Amino acid sequence: MSFKSHCFKKSLWVFHFGGASCNNCDIEILDCLTPRHDLERFGILLVGSIRHADVLLVNGSINNHDRERLIEIYKQAPKPVLVVAIGACGCTGGIFADSYVFAGPVDKIIPVDAYIPGCPPKPEAIIAGIVKLVQKS
Amino acid sequence: MAINIFYFLVFPGLLFAAVAGGFLSWFDRKITARVQFRKGPPLLQPFYDFFKLLLVKETILPKQGSPIVFLAAPVFAVFGATMAGVFVLLPLFNITTGFRGDLIVIFYLLTIPSFSYIIGSLASGNPLAAVGGSREMKLILSYELTFLLFTAGIIMKAGQQFDLYGIIKAQQEISPYIGSISGILLFIVGIFCVQAKLALVPFDIPEAEAEITEGIFIEYSGAAYALIKLAKYIMLFVLPSLIVAVLMGGFRLDGINILWSILKVLGVVLLLTLIRNTNPRIKIKQAVSFFLIWMNLLAIAALVLIAFGY
Repeated sequence: MSFKSHCFKKSLWVFHFGGASCNNCDIEILDCLTPRHDLERFGILLVGSIRHADVLLVNGSINNHDRERLIEIYKQAPKPVLVVAIGACGCTGGIFADSYVFAGPVDKIIPVDAYIPGCPPKPEAIIAGIVKLVQKS
Repeated sequence: MAINIFYFLVFPGLLFAAVAGGFLSWFDRKITARVQFRKGPPLLQPFYDFFKLLLVKETILPKQGSPIVFLAAPVFAVFGATMAGVFVLLPLFNITTGFRGDLIVIFYLLTIPSFSYIIGSLASGNPLAAVGGSREMKLILSYELTFLLFTAGIIMKAGQQFDLYGIIKAQQEISPYIGSISGILLFIVGIFCVQAKLALVPFDIPEAEAEITEGIFIEYSGAAYALIKLAKYIMLFVLPSLIVAVLMGGFRLDGINILWSILKVLGVVLLLTLIRNTNPRIKIKQAVSFFLIWMNLLAIAALVLIAFGY
């Protein structure tokens, strides 16, 4: 394992993109930063600007309005950037899959590196997904 | 000449200050985590962050705005922080510079990082960065007079002496300045100035993460942001060291006193961290009136007390 990829894995900064979400996934994501599941142990931080991000976390169903913004955000991110789709809506569309405003699951719009299904996924599931993402990259 | 380059690049300068500042940054994050009942990041976390930004990430240049100024600003910030570090740390490590007015020079060098951040943020062409830049400017205008009064207090206390080496030696011979009433007042003023200079939480108005998403640093990515992180690490070591030097008797480098020297710096950083963890962010208006009225009053009270010999 090279020094570069070791540093990258040890310090993943996360930018959170919420699509048309019902906010349950957002709450579970924030749960990961609380004392019980403290993700800062692994160097994971939530950052405010996409320019600092290493991981783009997408949750919620992506509708026609969100689609352009998601592409824009993805283009603004400094590469290499990993994309994680969180929740049933992010992974497949969930109950919104047949809606007339639905613009497809996240992987139809931008390349996705990890999927964390669940409605909403538990914080443990999010941590398991992040571990898999770190091992894969 | 060679020794000066060594001073700047290796021992009290860039390399040493960056490593020490990295560990202090880890200490700050660990204490923050313990205050919030979390476990906190591993010891090498600041170095992982720095090398990830420097080596792995892409640097994006602004389309509107000035890329050269945008990239030059972090370099100047690192330069200013390192230069101030050399001037503060050389007397602390018992090496005399033979330069009589270095406290004044330190005062000016310490403002260079903040000014570079403003220039860089305004060169990025981002409206939120412009908001952050103007807030940083207001913050500088408010705390700089207080910091000047703080410096004046130290100089008066040392008997019109502008030489940091002489100030430290005078304290080591008699007693640290913090042992007097005026010293305590100056310490309070100095701690709040350092808090504002480091842009830690009650005064992190220019980079407010929740409202203007990192403000002045919003457009920085990759290696340029790594340099900004480096400048911040160095400042996190240099400013507490300055407080230790001018008020708490500096470092002594013999036997058990090395431990005391380290504990002094850690104690000042601990105090800064606890202030940052127990206070909300204030508005820029409140910050200005806090410094221009209350801190200045406190500093002037300290000056009067010094003039009467307390």
